[in-house]
Amino acid sequence: MHMSRYFTDEHEWIDVEGDIATVGITDYAQEQLGDIVFVELPAEGTTFEKGDDAAVVESVKAASDVYAPISGEVVETNSALEDEPALVNSDAEEDGWFFKLRLTDASELEGLMNEAAYKKFVASL
Amino acid sequence: MKLRYLPLTDSDRQAMLATIGVTSIDDLFVDVPAEARLAGTIPDLPDHASEMAVERHMAALARKNLSAGEAPFFLGAGAYKHHVPASVDHLIQRGEFLTAYTPYQPEIAQGTLQVLFEFQTQVARLLGCDVANASMYDGSTACWEAIVMARRITKRGKALLSSGLHPHYVSVAQTMAKFTGDDLAYETPELDSKTDSQKLIAAIDKDTSCVVVQYPDILGRIEDLTALADAAHAVGALLVAVVTEPVALGAIKSPGAMGADIVVGEGQSIGVGLQFGGPYLGLFACKQKYVRQMPGRLCGETVDAAGKRGFVLTLSTREQHIRREKATSNICTNSGLCALAFSIHMTLLGEKGLRDLATLNHALAVQAANRLANVPGVTLVNDAFFNEFTLVLSKDARDVTRSLADKGVLGGVSLGRLFPHAPQLGQGLVVAVTETVTAEDIEAFAAALTEELA
Amino acid sequence: MTMLKEGRPTAPTPVEEAHMAPATATGNRALMLEEKLIFEIGSTDTTGVDFAVSPAVDSRLGNLARTDAIGLPGLSEQETVRHYTRLSRQNYAIDLGLFPLGSCTMKHNPRLNEKVARMPGFADIHPLQPQSTVQGALGVINELAVWLIKLTGMHGVAMTPKAGAHGELCGLLCIRAALEARGDARQVVLVPESAHGTNPATAAFCGYKVEDIPATPDGRVDLEALKARLGPDVAAVMITNPNTCGLFERDMKVISDAVHAAGAFVYCDGANFNAIVGRVRPGDLGVDAMHINLHKTFSTPHGGGGPGSGPVVLSEALAPFGPLPYTARMEDGSIHLIEEENVGAEMPQSFGRMSAFHGQMGMFTRALAYILSHGADGLRQVAEDAVLNANYVLRSLDDVLDAPFGASGPCMHEALFSDKGLAEGFTTLDIAKGLIDEGFHPMTMYFPLVVHGAMLVEPTETESKAALDQFILALRSLAERAKAGDEALKGAPYHAPRRRLDETLAARKPVLSWIDPDLAEAAE
Repeated sequence: MHMSRYFTDEHEWIDVEGDIATVGITDYAQEQLGDIVFVELPAEGTTFEKGDDAAVVESVKAASDVYAPISGEVVETNSALEDEPALVNSDAEEDGWFFKLRLTDASELEGLMNEAAYKKFVASL
Repeated sequence: MKLRYLPLTDSDRQAMLATIGVTSIDDLFVDVPAEARLAGTIPDLPDHASEMAVERHMAALARKNLSAGEAPFFLGAGAYKHHVPASVDHLIQRGEFLTAYTPYQPEIAQGTLQVLFEFQTQVARLLGCDVANASMYDGSTACWEAIVMARRITKRGKALLSSGLHPHYVSVAQTMAKFTGDDLAYETPELDSKTDSQKLIAAIDKDTSCVVVQYPDILGRIEDLTALADAAHAVGALLVAVVTEPVALGAIKSPGAMGADIVVGEGQSIGVGLQFGGPYLGLFACKQKYVRQMPGRLCGETVDAAGKRGFVLTLSTREQHIRREKATSNICTNSGLCALAFSIHMTLLGEKGLRDLATLNHALAVQAANRLANVPGVTLVNDAFFNEFTLVLSKDARDVTRSLADKGVLGGVSLGRLFPHAPQLGQGLVVAVTETVTAEDIEAFAAALTEELA
Repeated sequence: MTMLKEGRPTAPTPVEEAHMAPATATGNRALMLEEKLIFEIGSTDTTGVDFAVSPAVDSRLGNLARTDAIGLPGLSEQETVRHYTRLSRQNYAIDLGLFPLGSCTMKHNPRLNEKVARMPGFADIHPLQPQSTVQGALGVINELAVWLIKLTGMHGVAMTPKAGAHGELCGLLCIRAALEARGDARQVVLVPESAHGTNPATAAFCGYKVEDIPATPDGRVDLEALKARLGPDVAAVMITNPNTCGLFERDMKVISDAVHAAGAFVYCDGANFNAIVGRVRPGDLGVDAMHINLHKTFSTPHGGGGPGSGPVVLSEALAPFGPLPYTARMEDGSIHLIEEENVGAEMPQSFGRMSAFHGQMGMFTRALAYILSHGADGLRQVAEDAVLNANYVLRSLDDVLDAPFGASGPCMHEALFSDKGLAEGFTTLDIAKGLIDEGFHPMTMYFPLVVHGAMLVEPTETESKAALDQFILALRSLAERAKAGDEALKGAPYHAPRRRLDETLAARKPVLSWIDPDLAEAAE
């Protein structure tokens, strides 16, 4: 149950609490990517403009870039993924989160999808 | 025309064209623009030749060379003559090793993969590092890749190259840096028993990505790298050590043990012959924490579907075939068969054999240095050395090596050949002495040198 | 995010016990012998070599004597021979059978070439010997260089690059040097989507920005898109011809002309030169630089991953910028080296050295022996038979396997199929692993990326019709099984030394060197 969970058409989810946004990739995305073997996370303190390369998620045969869905400064990363990248497969939308951003422009959230809209979007793919 | 390596007969060809549904081979080349289709064979080139004729032609070319085994031989400077046991060459010629491809299908490449896993472990232990890759082209390209890797890790672009680094390795790095914009600091060496490590330590600053130091260095000098490592680490820079004579590490401390972060090297010395400079074997090892920044192939342990231990190429997302322009390097083909030769030779040696070999090399080198330093007009530069040292002659060393060659003695590498634009080094001669050198060879060299300098 | 779905299944389903042969006490299976690691069977005081006793001397090692245990196990000679012989038998190889790895040109490796390379006059000479003592070796380099220049219709050749990707680097450095010499700082290299990964990686490695060029639906470079992108910022276009879809780029000359008109250079990836050697000269198509993989076209052995050799032929515009050292034949017939010493006078625009010595001499002797054996007439026959064999495979299987470019004209040296039409849940991987059980090395899979589930088959000219027919039989049977949904195929291979390996585990918990279990236990 998420009061304010947003989704992008790049298959990222964003939970917003105050000015902190938690970002991860969707369950649909992890299923498409197959077994995740490594997640390269940004350094804390990095600032992103919306659309910057923010993380890399690797399967055995592919490395996919994750873009910052919104602008902000990285305040925390999910260190559990270092030892257990499989968390992205088993729990993409909770324990498998990637990083937390301090939002610089909350208006960027406008126009993102809610869960129902994202489900519809995925069904259309 | 029937060629010995082409199995199709003319009737096969006709039957196959019929299956394809065309009438002539030309029909299969229709997409080549008409103006680029050659009607016949390329002019001015000979037609096919028998196996015997080709062997005869190649043997005639081979006879025009003076091979190392035919002469008292003292050349080193990045390539060393060692005795390679007969079983090494026998084993690397097994077709299952020689004619296999990169092990992309691990179920039918466990032979190559297990060898690579053993090779990586041997190299890591020899160099004193946590992990090693499955090889690079040669020491010089491995050295440049290490500089690039240090840039990636530290996000700094200035590398300090020791003056003791092989000048051809320096040239390779300078060639690349011209295009990549890396800043390389380098000066030619001085004929001194001391290296430039104090100068390097003074030059290290917060923009330095790495210090690159050769051990033993181009003049054969050896010294403890700990102070250099500490100074680099104090400002967040890395120490890259380069080993061109890995046999040395059977006698002297490993660079990793003295704090080097990345250790690269030329593995030719173990298992791979001189071969006029190639193919050789780039060694590449580093600390565990940098493994995802490494270039080149890596082999790792895993299990199969039935639970048995097996090996696969792994962490491939660093590589060009997956990561394309974001790869850690563009390298694809490496020196697989040379790595096999290295690994077999190292297995035959074992730790005891390697230590014996290194001890013998050093003892013969000390004897040779003592003897040659007694030749009038010769001064020994080194205090400490392993199996290679530098002499200063009373004449231009390049002329001397040519005259010695005319007398049938291959007497070292002149610094004039290595540093043609540093006339102050012109009388320097680098002499390598391995287990292949006999007491008679040393005497022959000393006698010829005495005559030459008289 | 980019959604790259090459994450095909990389962790196998465990095999059910019913499908396993009964166990033996040793784990061996008749001729297939299990072999432990040297770290498990060797010891640090065992050795398979002997040396003369060292004379007693005063050490000159300073304070650097190595006192720590290195941890290098040794074996006796007999144990060593057995260890590596047993391991060798777990490898597939050209010597065992057809090795249809697309883009890799796995042809027979003649043994004369091995014999020649081991002649002491080639194998036992030092790269820094005085030039008077290595005239034969320099002669080999020079003679091979002349062949490569004439076979390609180019102006010069850089012999030192150590492999194909190193050759690409050499070509791009020549291009950059040539552009800089005219004060032109172009920053972009265009690469087709279907290119080998080394192309974009190389361009990035020497500081260029890489942009993709799209392909047309028939599998060739989109000429109009390419022309539209050409401009004053484009330094070079890298094109593979024949391309990785196995097709000849019909518009190659038009492309070259357009690229030259825009002030840029044409780099050709010569990985697939085997298809056209002796019949087409890249120089006639406007190419400025092309590497030649001696380990592909000229049959130097692949050695389980190398060494390769990647000489680069150069146009008149680029030849002056090539790397050191260079050989030059003098009027008296002697061969002379251009190195740092005389480069200023003889080759002032050289971009410098790119490897320590003269390149892959051991590959040059092999390649020259191969070339002399075939001659100009035989090399032309090589290309013809390679193309004939590939088309024979393509047309013998295009009724059971989807050939995405089957209507785009004849293929060149390799036949491309896709996974379209296989039953739900069946993939290219299943067909590949099935081929292993049938006694063949699989084709290249999942490359080029422009085709879904690509299967790229390159039989080469050294396969007989009988060998091709057996391969076609096997692939046909597998295609039929995969279309019919034969679940057993998903467990393949059943008969290889190992079943499918867990690549996911290997990447999640990398174990890259042997750790002594006693030490590991002590650490815990």
